[in-house]
Amino acid sequence: MTGLIFLIPIALFMGLIGLVAFIWAQKSGQFEDMEGAAYRILEDDDDKPL
Amino acid sequence: MSDVLTDLADAGCPQGLAPAEAPAKTGLGDPAPFVTRHKGLSRLELSVRGAKCGACLSKIEKAVQALPGVTEARLNLSNGQMRVAWEGDLAPARVTAAISDLGYGVAPLDPERDEDEAKREERRLLTAMGVAGFAAANIMLLSVSVWAGAGEMGESTRRIMHMISGAIAIPVVLFAGRTFFASAWRVLSRGRANMDVPISLAVLLALGVSIWETALGGEHAYFDACVMLLFFLLIGRFLDARLRRRAHAAASDLAALQARSVTRINASGQAESVRAREVMPGDMILLSPGERAVVDMDVVEGTSELDESLVSGESTPILAGPGARVYAGAVVLGNAIRGRAVAMAADSLMADIGRMLEAGEQRRSSYRKIAEKAVSIYVPAVHTIALLTFIGWLLAGVGVREAIFIACSTLIITCPCALALAAPVTQVVASGRLFRAGVFLKSGDALERLAGADHVVFDKTGTLTLGEPQLVEEGVAPETLAAAAQLARASRHPLSRALVAAEGAGPVARNVTEHAGLGLEGEVDGITARLGSAEWVGADAVASDGPTLWFALGEAAPVQLRFRDHIQEDAGEVLAGLKRRGMDFEIVSGDTASAVARTAEALGISQWTAEVSPKGKVARLEALRAEGRKVLMIGDGLNDAGALSLAHASMAPGGAMDVSQSASDAVYSGKGLSAILTTLDTSRRARAIMLQNFGLAALYNMIAVPIAVAGFASPLVAAIAMSASSLVVTLNALRQNVPGSA
Repeated sequence: MTGLIFLIPIALFMGLIGLVAFIWAQKSGQFEDMEGAAYRILEDDDDKPL
Repeated sequence: MSDVLTDLADAGCPQGLAPAEAPAKTGLGDPAPFVTRHKGLSRLELSVRGAKCGACLSKIEKAVQALPGVTEARLNLSNGQMRVAWEGDLAPARVTAAISDLGYGVAPLDPERDEDEAKREERRLLTAMGVAGFAAANIMLLSVSVWAGAGEMGESTRRIMHMISGAIAIPVVLFAGRTFFASAWRVLSRGRANMDVPISLAVLLALGVSIWETALGGEHAYFDACVMLLFFLLIGRFLDARLRRRAHAAASDLAALQARSVTRINASGQAESVRAREVMPGDMILLSPGERAVVDMDVVEGTSELDESLVSGESTPILAGPGARVYAGAVVLGNAIRGRAVAMAADSLMADIGRMLEAGEQRRSSYRKIAEKAVSIYVPAVHTIALLTFIGWLLAGVGVREAIFIACSTLIITCPCALALAAPVTQVVASGRLFRAGVFLKSGDALERLAGADHVVFDKTGTLTLGEPQLVEEGVAPETLAAAAQLARASRHPLSRALVAAEGAGPVARNVTEHAGLGLEGEVDGITARLGSAEWVGADAVASDGPTLWFALGEAAPVQLRFRDHIQEDAGEVLAGLKRRGMDFEIVSGDTASAVARTAEALGISQWTAEVSPKGKVARLEALRAEGRKVLMIGDGLNDAGALSLAHASMAPGGAMDVSQSASDAVYSGKGLSAILTTLDTSRRARAIMLQNFGLAALYNMIAVPIAVAGFASPLVAAIAMSASSLVVTLNALRQNVPGSA
């Protein structure tokens, strides 16, 4: 059971990273234009990311 | 030497997903009043119409980026809004011209417009959903360990697990549940109840009981259920909000239409560009050829033909000279005119329609959705059962702690997940299906209203007919048409355009002059030629069943060119389809009686009304409503907008005015009318599925509630029941995508 002392915090920490990444993406407008993003990836020339 | 006008073949969306709009070089007005400047950087926000695919995106962005000094040009394909920023003194009109030259409609957005409330709401829900999802996954990790270790896990380990779960759940519930708590509090303080009341009660009670149980070292805790419940509910809320925001985006297009600028002649006689809302009655306004009037005004100087088809539905242009009233929405076809504004933009006809739209929106918000009806049965039932369970177990002699725990299990297990997902998931699947069929749905409850319609009211021009006059080529020599087209290319008159459309690109006549109300004169291959009314070319007027043009080349005898507005090819089929589905239909048009009668006769429609004003259309709909009919209105003009918004349900073709599109429940693109039948079928099927879903939710509760009331429900059972019921309604909704079922 001592393993839990490490494993639970690690699991929670990894989940937290995902959550922070999600909130960052949301705040910086990554979900603003879902349709446009699907096409932008096909553009040949350099497109500045948001 | 004559110039060759480029044709519009490569204008607009390269994939043909939206019709190209003719470049409106002067019709747009100067976007300068809408530019904001900050530290040498000028910013302009635009609403771009007709951009539908990736090629549109790069075409537009590249064209704007090619302008000198532009540092940012980003088009949002989802809502058609574009942000442009530049350094230096680039004229803002060049930005809009660059876009409109490509064949896209463009209008400046007012930088002071209301920040989209719906957008913030959607963001809040998405964040809440993400947080709840994170917490649900992590707590489930711990809960599964507890369930799996039942009997073997030591009490202290279990307690630690519960405490960690609680530490995650408490802040998450308070954060992610705000939406529900706030809404529940609002309705409760008004003495009513909605779906959010049992949700809030269940979540908060379960959280409280779990904290208590953990503190006492109890075996069961409901932390996972609280958070999972919120997660599922937020998915439903988010889908709902996203559908609603799409509808909202349409409303801001209307605002863009009104954010146009106006050329005002100031006291010293100079022309200045101002925002439409700054215009005061009595101001002198200059309307250039091709420009759309934004305020009602009386003509002071100049005579020109006006296209009032969007205002009145009248397909033939009318002549307006000094003293005539020009209504907002009319387009100047001939010469520039000056006029005195008689009302502010907000009081003009277009704003009148805006108010009708508002009234329509209010009526629609009072429409009771199927989901709301289900909730009004569900809420009191659940609360009564939970309370009775509590009292029952107390009387049976168990402790307060035990009784509360069982009552709480009942609340959680009757979980409204299935109920909350039943409608939004069905709507999302149905609107996705319609989207692929070229129909854009504006709101979720539009589906329910479309499904309920039993009477169809058609506008004629642009709906049952193609909306554009088309040249009847029989009986006219091709050389004559080619010569006439040379003159026509120099004009914006709808009939000239129709002639050019039939003839294609080619040379333009020289020295062309346009005489308002009469016609054109110019030199075709060195010979003076005239194109216009019978009077203009010196011919005797001949009765015709549609608009006509006369063409005279030199001394040759004048030739009559006839035009006809063709009926949509599949109109007959679609009407027969409507009849099969048990629906009545009629035409209510603003066009002349003879034109409407001809269309009605050709299609075998016995019920029609002609020369109806926008208010008349609304009155007709109200009369039908009073008879108990549920009207589906289909129309495209500005004059239909009021009727579209006040009808039980409404649809507009993709080529319709923005205002009409935003007033409608659905916009269909593509050729013909068959989309109407597709929409009706899809919406009826969606309604059936939605009712099934509510039925499934009820059935699930009938099984689960007795188990919970009897006290057999553990957190594990609750979690399985909750997920299973949500899954079942979602799968049932997805069944719409399987061809041939239900």
